[in-house]
Amino acid sequence: MATTQAAPATGAKTALDIRITVNGKEYNMQIEPQETLLEVLRNRLHLMGAKRSCDSQVCGTCTVLVDGMPVSACTYLAYEARGKEVTTIEGLMQDGRLHPVQQAFLENNGFQCGFCTPGMILAAVSLLRENPNPTDEEIKRYMRGNLCRCTGYVKIIESIKDAARRMNSGAA
Amino acid sequence: MKRFQILEPRTVAEASRMLQEHGDAARIYAGGTELLLVLKERLLHYDYLVNIKTIPGLGGIDWDQEAGEVRIGALATHREIERSPVIAEYVPLLAEVEKKVANVRVRNVGTLAGNLCFAEPHADPGTVLLLHDARVVLETATERRELPLAEFFIDALTVALEPGEILTEIRVPRTPPGAGAAYTKFGHLERPMVGVGVLLQAREGTIIDARVAVGCAGPTPRRMPEAEEILRGAALARVEEQLAAAGEAAAAHCDAVDDLHGTAEYKRHLVQVLVGRVARQALQRIKPIA
Repeated sequence: MATTQAAPATGAKTALDIRITVNGKEYNMQIEPQETLLEVLRNRLHLMGAKRSCDSQVCGTCTVLVDGMPVSACTYLAYEARGKEVTTIEGLMQDGRLHPVQQAFLENNGFQCGFCTPGMILAAVSLLRENPNPTDEEIKRYMRGNLCRCTGYVKIIESIKDAARRMNSGAA
Repeated sequence: MKRFQILEPRTVAEASRMLQEHGDAARIYAGGTELLLVLKERLLHYDYLVNIKTIPGLGGIDWDQEAGEVRIGALATHREIERSPVIAEYVPLLAEVEKKVANVRVRNVGTLAGNLCFAEPHADPGTVLLLHDARVVLETATERRELPLAEFFIDALTVALEPGEILTEIRVPRTPPGAGAAYTKFGHLERPMVGVGVLLQAREGTIIDARVAVGCAGPTPRRMPEAEEILRGAALARVEEQLAAAGEAAAAHCDAVDDLHGTAEYKRHLVQVLVGRVARQALQRIKPIA
């Protein structure tokens, strides 16, 4: 696993040294205690998939996975991700192939403007890991914290059900 | 967020001393789901966050057979509680309600203890815990005391924690065998506007224990003894006739306030309706004891 030294913060006596794995790549970096994971991902690592929107854990556009568990990167200290594995939308693709959930969103028109999509897909990946065969009700309950203002959700639910079929049949 | 320092105590005593030493400049930090929001809004600032997640043994959910109650550690997250077999077995209503708290990201990180300490009135768990006569354990470096949850809640965003005190565990007596318990919330914003819980226990065709709690409507969740009195002692077959009166009693005593979520009048109406509705659900869940 490659180790990359990210740019350290300057002139801060409160700075913390952390090691964090993002999308399979290990980083040693110096962060400020008050930096959120979203700030580190976007400002230091230039991963722009997770977005700041409501900034209060309501909308889900900043959803990333920490050790496989969805969190709101906007309200999660980067310090908490020390020693952990963070997955963002940029890390879902494997060997040049889209993740089955990505492929299903693409083929089922699961997005329009795309703003909510990275968070939506990561939440769906976590849902399907916990529950490989969710009912519509279970999908709605799990995804209720990810808001979409374009699709009306019908296409998203169809995408997730299609992704479940793809993953269960072993074909991407 | 303005800059702060994170302190990492290894024991409750050490954490308590840090809080004592720094006074208003320090705050306990666990999940951070509420605290980080107010820090980002710059409504509050602390120079030190005392991260109690570095204290071994503060987490976990266990069944205490001798006491007949569940122990929920301060670090237990909503998600852990929602998925805990111990909670499902002994306090099933809590698991049911926790499943619907906020969203999965908040539940993955936020702790029940933090939810209680923050005492944001528009929350569900406090109401369910009051139904179960839950207590909180509060510790400093030298003292340990237990407080009924009803006495822990003082006002909106205000609890009975003394300087240097840390909520270390929540003790929840099991749902009485055969009792039926239910909870329903109503709201149109992200947080609930009104939450009503009812627990009913019957023996030989009579309601022997009736508990009604209302949350969100006023500054703190509260039990409604006036409504409970109406239901207690009622014949199981005829309790239905008492539900409207119990609802009215709860509505009259729930301390509803006007806020962004709705007017006091509207909330009282909802309490009145929901007490009956939730009580009917609780009745369906009763398994009468001979």
